[in-house]
Amino acid sequence: MSLSMTLLTIAFFFYLVATVLYAVSVTGRKWRNKEGRITGNNWGLFGYITAIGGLVFALGYFVTRWITVGFAPVSNMFEYLTFFGITLSLAFVIIYGIYRSNVLGVVTLPVVMLMIGYATVFVTEYQPRQPALQTYWLEVHVLTTGLAQGILAVSFGAGVIYLLRTIDLKGKKITKRTFGVEFIMYTFMTLFAFIVLTNAFNAFGYEAQFAYVNEFEEPAEIIYDLPPIFGPNEGELLSSDRMEPWFEMPDWIDSDSLNTTAWAFGSGLVLFGAIRLITRRRIGTLLQPFVKRVNPDLMDEISYRAIAIGFPLFALGGLVFAMIWAQIAWTRFWGWDPKEVWALITFLFYAAYLHLRLNRSWQGEPSAWLAVVGFAIIMINLIFVNLVIAGLHSYA
Amino acid sequence: MNKKCECGRVNPYGTEVCGSCGKPLADPDSNRLLNMRYEGAARRSQTYSTSIIDKIWNFFSSVKVGIGIIIVTLIASSLGTIFPQEMFIPPGETPEVHYAEEYGALGQVYYAFGLHNMYGSWWYMLLIAALGVSIIIASIDRFFPLYKALKSQRVTRHKSFMKRQRIFGTSRVEDVDHTFEAAQDLLKKKRYNIREENGHILAEKNRWARWGPYVNHIGLIIFLIGASLRFFPGMYVDENMWVREGETEVVPGTSGDYYVENQGFTYEEFDEDDEIFADGMEASAALQFEETFRTDAVLYTPEGPLGVDQELEEVDRHPIEVNDAFHFDDYALYQVDYKLDELKELSFEVEDTETDEVVGSFTVDLNEPDDTYALDNGEDVRIHSYFSNFYMNDEGVPTTENDVPDNPAFIFEMVNPDTEALEHTFLGIQANYNVSPDQEENRYEFALDGLDTNDVTGLTVRKDNTLPYLIAGGAVFLIGLIQGSYWPHRRIWLQRNDGEVWLAAHTNKHWVSLKKDIDAITKETGITAPRDQIDDEYEKGEDKDNS
Repeated sequence: MSLSMTLLTIAFFFYLVATVLYAVSVTGRKWRNKEGRITGNNWGLFGYITAIGGLVFALGYFVTRWITVGFAPVSNMFEYLTFFGITLSLAFVIIYGIYRSNVLGVVTLPVVMLMIGYATVFVTEYQPRQPALQTYWLEVHVLTTGLAQGILAVSFGAGVIYLLRTIDLKGKKITKRTFGVEFIMYTFMTLFAFIVLTNAFNAFGYEAQFAYVNEFEEPAEIIYDLPPIFGPNEGELLSSDRMEPWFEMPDWIDSDSLNTTAWAFGSGLVLFGAIRLITRRRIGTLLQPFVKRVNPDLMDEISYRAIAIGFPLFALGGLVFAMIWAQIAWTRFWGWDPKEVWALITFLFYAAYLHLRLNRSWQGEPSAWLAVVGFAIIMINLIFVNLVIAGLHSYA
Repeated sequence: MNKKCECGRVNPYGTEVCGSCGKPLADPDSNRLLNMRYEGAARRSQTYSTSIIDKIWNFFSSVKVGIGIIIVTLIASSLGTIFPQEMFIPPGETPEVHYAEEYGALGQVYYAFGLHNMYGSWWYMLLIAALGVSIIIASIDRFFPLYKALKSQRVTRHKSFMKRQRIFGTSRVEDVDHTFEAAQDLLKKKRYNIREENGHILAEKNRWARWGPYVNHIGLIIFLIGASLRFFPGMYVDENMWVREGETEVVPGTSGDYYVENQGFTYEEFDEDDEIFADGMEASAALQFEETFRTDAVLYTPEGPLGVDQELEEVDRHPIEVNDAFHFDDYALYQVDYKLDELKELSFEVEDTETDEVVGSFTVDLNEPDDTYALDNGEDVRIHSYFSNFYMNDEGVPTTENDVPDNPAFIFEMVNPDTEALEHTFLGIQANYNVSPDQEENRYEFALDGLDTNDVTGLTVRKDNTLPYLIAGGAVFLIGLIQGSYWPHRRIWLQRNDGEVWLAAHTNKHWVSLKKDIDAITKETGITAPRDQIDDEYEKGEDKDNS
């Protein structure tokens, strides 16, 4: 393993330990100081130090990889998702410095780990950059935007805590709010299950090769990295000892992507269902012990503050720098490329958020839901637009 | 009808909170928290609503309406990304057919609703325009009253103003003077500006942050105006050109003022065995990894009067690459595309079937073919027809799609020296037919002997005189955004009333942080911690729910 990947692995474990320390700090007993007064405990401080340690190792990964490839490692899906995870941890470290909220670590650091874990699903080897990316504008534009998105993601973390803290999840009745919280939990489960699955099959070198007929009615070959539930059009299994597909797909469906998606959401559902069946409670209630002592107003303010800091940065990196570079590389500052449009949508959404907050009735829970939606929009732009919608930003 | 407050200030009609002493004018006897938005100053939109102009003004000045426009724009924008926009579909395809074939029924709906060309549609433009109007009116409606109110605020505030602040508390201290001094020092350390009047204190910081939203709105308006300037003639040029290696072409969009020569095109791919990148390239689904493409360009301008004497004079030269355009005058030439190995020349051999001897060969420049070519035996080959990009049309007549030699085909004409009969031969890629008018055997046979290719560079010509306005608008926008976002406007009032210290505080955002400032005061002085009266209201609300 290269030095940079070793550093990233170490960083990952630091984040893991920091999460545990923060979890202990919010659930554990309070300590007494020498005079016998209850002063809380120091686990949060240990968590903070460990999180900073993780950040240092993660930055070590970033710098060593940068030196090796000769440009900022943010030019494909693995590199960008990892960078997003790092900026989120950086944003957490900054905002923790302002508000000292331990519970924020319990929620944001797992998101950091999920982000880095998800990154490893993509090609992790060094890849050269295409001509359009061979300029310092790659660093200027992507580093700023990534930092902004990391900060905006903190508002999501604080928003989730707000919702867990204030919404009654114990009742039997399913409401829009309980459904919403459980849906967020299900999304996390899906991401987690998918990362574990792909890495597990990858570790055992699973491959199933098919000969099939593609959409141009020409014979072609395809390799599945996950067991084929949905097989390709007129597919013929070439690998031995692999299961036959359950369903054969017509030629106009990208069967491999469908198969991967089905595995992700299916395994998420299995995991989610299993936990619900065993505990006989909503997943959200399992997290509520961590948040019961949280001051909702504080979470509301952290969530808002993160957006107030992140929004101008996003406008700078995701729109202004993006436009300058687009003018230099693609001859026009704006071209309605899907990625550009979704950056505009992200911008408009947070602009709407900031204006809605002028009205006091939108503060608190409505703001928390909005912070969740904002993060969803960022993730749509990051994953869906890159992988599904064809455009100039479709790399990896 | 203006109202005179008891403090002596004359407030304009519609004022809810006196601009000077802060006395509540709208509902003076209530003890509900004061609505501090825009300092309770009279806003036109809240005051008049009779005439049509009032109604339009009130509509666009509403933040709710503004948010509505933002949300509609947001949703509309996202709809346009479901399928590619018309400008991204393969050139030459009919949109109506393309969307139906490629995306089925949904594609047809997409096309029918005009979503395939959405961002240039009249209603999308109208949305943006409405957003602009809303920004202007909402800003004017708020900025001037807010500015006046903050400018004229007095240190001494009315008692009920103090009581009806969100953060308010009274405390008895041993030595009021001493307490005030200590508090003042602390607040100074926290970089508050202190004003004193009648022994009362107003500590205020970052008032200028309140102008941030208006500054960024001005920036947005400049940006939108700049963007609309594109539709004025002469502001914007967007042209494409293809230049073959060794050729000089007039630069479109420059009214013939400039010519560009392609002195050579370079194309490089990354080495498959690259020490660092080999594994990554193998792991990727991509088939090739471009490293560079570059045009060595020379720019000319015509000298002398139009006509045969006119000559091209070199102005400048520049290797054009992606991210490194060729700038001249107001224009820029960008490297955007290329076509490698386009056919340039075809060579043919002619054989006399009577003697079975090669009687000559000739080479046709596919971009500038000659009319006739002389053979070694003294005979001439005439080009009867040339199809640079050959296909058979629906009536079975040979024709050409365009003048790009992608699929060249010829009808060569020779005269049989014995019979004087015309001989026609059709020759194309993998095609060689006798098409003589008399349908007799041809004496001369043609064969393809060789070919030569060259690279063609695709350039975009751009002129955009709107950029300075956009840069100015963007810069002002960002400055305003940062000004309004990174500094909160905080005010703390300290009053001495009947031996008590009254403390009230207000901020436009981040109340927890404001409370930290106040905690510092209460810790260091005898002042007791004030209450957050929102919490009180919240608790009252909860009691009601429980009962």
